[in-house]
Amino acid sequence: MIEVKNLYKSFDGKEVLKDISATFKSGEINQIIGQSGSGKTVLMKSIIGLFRIDRGQIWYGDRNLTDMTRKEIKLLHQEVGMLFQGAALFDSMTVLENVMFPLEMFSKTTKKEKIERSRFCLERVNLKSTQVSSLFPSEISGGMQKRVAIARAIALNPKYLFCDEPNSGLDPVTALVIDRLIEGITQEYNITTIINTHDMNSVMEIGANIIFIEKGVKAWEGSKDDIFTAHNEALDNFVFASNLYKKIRTSQTGK
Amino acid sequence: MFGLDTLGRYVKLMQRTFSKPDNWRMFWRQLPKEMVKLGVDSIGIILIISIFMGAIMLMQTILNTESPFIPRYSNGLILRDTMLLEFASSIMSLLLAGKVGSNIASEIGSMRITEQIDAMEIMGVNSANYLILPKVVGLILCMPVLVTFSVFCGLLGGAGIAVFTDMIPLADFVYGIQYAFIPFYYTYSMIKGLFFGFIIASVSAFYGYYAYGGALDVGRASTNAVVNSSIAILLMNIILTRLMLT
Repeated sequence: MIEVKNLYKSFDGKEVLKDISATFKSGEINQIIGQSGSGKTVLMKSIIGLFRIDRGQIWYGDRNLTDMTRKEIKLLHQEVGMLFQGAALFDSMTVLENVMFPLEMFSKTTKKEKIERSRFCLERVNLKSTQVSSLFPSEISGGMQKRVAIARAIALNPKYLFCDEPNSGLDPVTALVIDRLIEGITQEYNITTIINTHDMNSVMEIGANIIFIEKGVKAWEGSKDDIFTAHNEALDNFVFASNLYKKIRTSQTGK
Repeated sequence: MFGLDTLGRYVKLMQRTFSKPDNWRMFWRQLPKEMVKLGVDSIGIILIISIFMGAIMLMQTILNTESPFIPRYSNGLILRDTMLLEFASSIMSLLLAGKVGSNIASEIGSMRITEQIDAMEIMGVNSANYLILPKVVGLILCMPVLVTFSVFCGLLGGAGIAVFTDMIPLADFVYGIQYAFIPFYYTYSMIKGLFFGFIIASVSAFYGYYAYGGALDVGRASTNAVVNSSIAILLMNIILTRLMLT
């Protein structure tokens, strides 16, 4: 579980996040939603420890990130997996080498065991390791790159998984595959997963615990089932920007 | 140019770069790859430039010092000392700053803007150490070989002029390049090469590491890397010459 308490973050005197408090539970999908520029990515990077926050606390279980030394943060990061918006695979390495990279750096197992673990992770994300292992990231599709990035993120059995807009640039079918994959892995390994997204399809598919950020402030919190009855103007403007969701709301609530 | 703020960030990056690697095995695996990429792959350009510059420097020296009071073999001596003292170390390093420096800055800069460096950091990897240390050590280790090779090629270019033209007899040229040889000049050239190798790799890596934005910004970082490492080489050249030769 990750707990954020009264988090403030500013850049050059401009406050980007104001008094954010939230609890991200393990074994379920936690989503941070909001418009572009609302502060979602800053919040995620602050929680990970890539940004030093101005005030507040970030608890990973019983460990306070804000009190940790650089060395302790480094150790914590070995328990963290992250899926980046653009996959961020190392383009000088093959698919297998990408997945093996965290194992090579931190695992004391034999080379054979590392290869086996990497192949297992690739199979877990529904990639045939025999077909893709020797390919370079530029030789596979965007959806496959995302899956390889997930395989790399879970290689070290992380306790925490962060996904920054995992569906961006993907077609709806592949996006759904990625969503289901993240949900499955989260439940199977009881990981605390935080997803940054503004994809409402993803929210309605897998969002168990959602926080909505508006201009750096937490404006709403709930589950996907609560969205249609939230009565929050900012959230309504965000969620029901598309006619499709307006129609779904009408069919469900009669409003 | 380096401001104090930039200098501070450079020093902090170097602190992270020269910390203990997370995994020595990975460092030893990266090192030969970097030596091939930065050193071995530069041999071609060094060969061409050094041979032609050696040839042209000898021709210019002969044409501009023609006098009955100056022995002909002195042209070989002048070429040897010019190659040893300045060309093979300083001028070649400026050329390498362009080739190797832009390569390092654009490689690391691209990794930065595509979040590959962030991915490493989140895994708990010291990205500065993993990416930059093998480049710096690799180039430093290659520099003595590259400098020696450059001197050799320059003299070979001079020998070509002696063989294929009648500007200087080969015997005079060979006598000249052996005459009054001061072994310390070679040491001086090697030491300069080591310093310049460090400057090229570290300054270029610094500009790549702190690149942000898009492809245009990577290009800008690459240009800054070449310009600033060249300036740093010129400044260091004056300092080292003052310390070692005067």
